[in-house]
Amino acid sequence: MENWRDYQRVLLPNIPDFHKIEVYEAHDGYKALRAAITEEKWTPKTVVDEVKKANIRGRGGAGFNAGLKWSFMPPKKEGVPRYLACNGDESEPGTCKDRRIFEYNPHAIIEGAIIACYAMEMDAAYIYIRGEYGDWIDMMQKALDDTYAKGYAGKNIFGSNISIDVYLHRGAGAYICGEETSLMESLEGKRPYPRSKPPFPAQFGLWGKPTTINNVETLSHVPMVMRNGADWYLSIGAATNPGPVLYGISGHVNRPGLYEYPSGMLITDLIYKVAGGIRGGKKIKAVVPGGSSVPILTAEMIEGVKMDADSLRAAGSMLGTAGMCVLDEDTDMVKFLLRVAKFYDHESCGQCTPCREGTGWFVKVLKKIDAGQGTTRDLDLLLELCDTMEGRTVCALADAAAWPVRNTVKRFRAEFEARVRPELVAIG
Amino acid sequence: METVQYTFTEAEHAEIRKHVAKYPDRRSAVMPALWIAQEKFGWLSPEAVKLVAETLDIPYAHVYGVASFYTMYFKERVPKHLIEICTCFSCGANGGQELLDYTKAQIQADDKGHGKDGKIWARAAECLGACDTGPVCQITNRHYAHNLTREKIDSLISKLSNDEEIPYEQIPLSNPSITD
Repeated sequence: MENWRDYQRVLLPNIPDFHKIEVYEAHDGYKALRAAITEEKWTPKTVVDEVKKANIRGRGGAGFNAGLKWSFMPPKKEGVPRYLACNGDESEPGTCKDRRIFEYNPHAIIEGAIIACYAMEMDAAYIYIRGEYGDWIDMMQKALDDTYAKGYAGKNIFGSNISIDVYLHRGAGAYICGEETSLMESLEGKRPYPRSKPPFPAQFGLWGKPTTINNVETLSHVPMVMRNGADWYLSIGAATNPGPVLYGISGHVNRPGLYEYPSGMLITDLIYKVAGGIRGGKKIKAVVPGGSSVPILTAEMIEGVKMDADSLRAAGSMLGTAGMCVLDEDTDMVKFLLRVAKFYDHESCGQCTPCREGTGWFVKVLKKIDAGQGTTRDLDLLLELCDTMEGRTVCALADAAAWPVRNTVKRFRAEFEARVRPELVAIG
Repeated sequence: METVQYTFTEAEHAEIRKHVAKYPDRRSAVMPALWIAQEKFGWLSPEAVKLVAETLDIPYAHVYGVASFYTMYFKERVPKHLIEICTCFSCGANGGQELLDYTKAQIQADDKGHGKDGKIWARAAECLGACDTGPVCQITNRHYAHNLTREKIDSLISKLSNDEEIPYEQIPLSNPSITD
C-alpha cells in the first residue's frame, strides 16, 4: 500500500456535519437501503451474497466474513421473529473507533443495520452501546429519531410492506457484554453471563429467536459495499482482509489518534509516518497491534509486518480491533502486564472457575514479581496458569486474559527474569 | 437527614413504559429502569432497587443481581461528582495511575475515594475507549475529559466543587494532521 497518502476517507469522510441526516443523504446516504428495498435486483439473498463476496471481515476483533455469518441464519419461518444485535460495547483496551463512528457517521451504522435486517428478514435491530458512552448514545438517538422521521425505519419502509425497527440499549459498565452471548443476556435484562454454544445465536439467540450479532463498525461498512459493489470494496487494501480500517494509535507516539486508511498498512508506517514516531526520539520496546488481548510484539517482530489478519498471524499476533498501543524502551513490562492482568481480573464475570480464579492468580503472582518477591518458579507458574485457562471456559475472556500473560512473559522473558530470584531447590 | 420518597412520577412511569415497549419481554427494561432510578435518587439503594422491581413486576433478587453486576450503577451512597480516571493499558502507559493518585490527594480522599468536602469522589476506570486521547477520565457517568494533565485535574476539581457544568469536549478526526 504505497499510495496510502492519497487515500480518501470513506468511513469517516472529510465532510463537515456528516452526522446530520441531510448531509448524509446529500452524499448518497440511505441510497443503498432504498435500492435494497425498492429495486428488483436486490432480494434478501442477493444482498447477503454481495456482502459475503465483499468479505467484510468483522471489525469487532474476530475478523469473520460478515456476509458468511449472515448466511448462517436458518430459513425464515412465518410468525417467528428474528433479531439483529449490533455490538457497540467497545471495551477492549486500546480500542477507540466505534465511539467516533457514533459521533461522525451514525447513519452508516443505522443504514447498515436496517440493510442487514432486510437481508436476514429480521424484525428489529438492537444497538447495544456501552454505558460509558452516554453522550454518544444521545447522538445516536438523535440520528435514529431523524431516520424514523424520514420513514427509513419503522413501518412500511419506502412505502414497501417491510417494517424494521431499530432500538438503542445502554449498557452500564461491563467488558463482558462485548461477548456476543453475554450481550444478548444483558439485552434480555439478566446478569450477563455468557451462554454455552451450541446452540448458536442463529438458532437460539435473543429471547430464544434466530439472531445475528455484528459489530457496529462492521455494519457501517455495509452501505458503501451496497452502493459501490463488492468489487470496489475488494480493491481497497489487503486482498484477504479488504476495506478501510480505523487504526487507533495510542501509547508513546507523538501523534496518537484514530486514523482511517486501507487495511494492510505497515506497522512501521503507522508508527513513524502517520503517528509521528516515538515521543522523545526513543526506541520502540513493544507493540500491541489490536487491543490488549492480542499477542504483544517486540520491536524486532514488527519489521515488515502489515496490519491485516494474515500478515499479523504470520508474525505471531492478530489484527483484533486494530487498536494499536505502542510502548517505548522505558516501559516496565512487569508493571504494564500487571495492569492488563488487573483489567481481566476486574472484568471476569465469575461464571467459570478457570477464569474467575486464574485472572486473580495472575494479579497475585505479578504483584509479587513487581514487588521484587518473585522467583523463577513464578514465571513458570504464570505459564501453567495460562494452560489451565485457555479453551477451558464458556467464553473467550479466559483466553483474552491468558494471551497477554503468556506472550509478554515469553517474549520479554529476560526482563521478567531480571526481576525475580532464582529458585533454590534443596537436593536430597 | 431528609426522608426520600421512593416512588416514580407519572412522567417517569411513562418513560419506563416506553422502554418496556421496545422489547418482547418486560424484563429487558430492567437496565433502562435502573438508569432512571439512579438518575433520580443518585444511587441505587435497596429501596430504589425494590421500586424498580415492583414497577416492572419482577423479583427483587433478579433486579439486584443485575444492578450489582455493573460498575456504573452505584450500590452505595456516593458524593455528587465522580472523577473516574482510566489507569488501564494506554492511559496507564501515559501516567493514568499517577493522575488518579494526584486527584485523590487533591480532594483528600478517604479509603473509598470520597473527598473531604463530601462533594467529589475519584476512582480508577477500566478502558473508556478513548485511548488515543489518554489519559482520559469520565465525569459522573457522563462527559469525558481528554488529554489529562495535573492542571486539567485542578480545573475539573475547582469546577465540580462549585457544581459548574463540565462542557462536552469534541475531539476532531485525526487524518488531516499528517504532515510528513
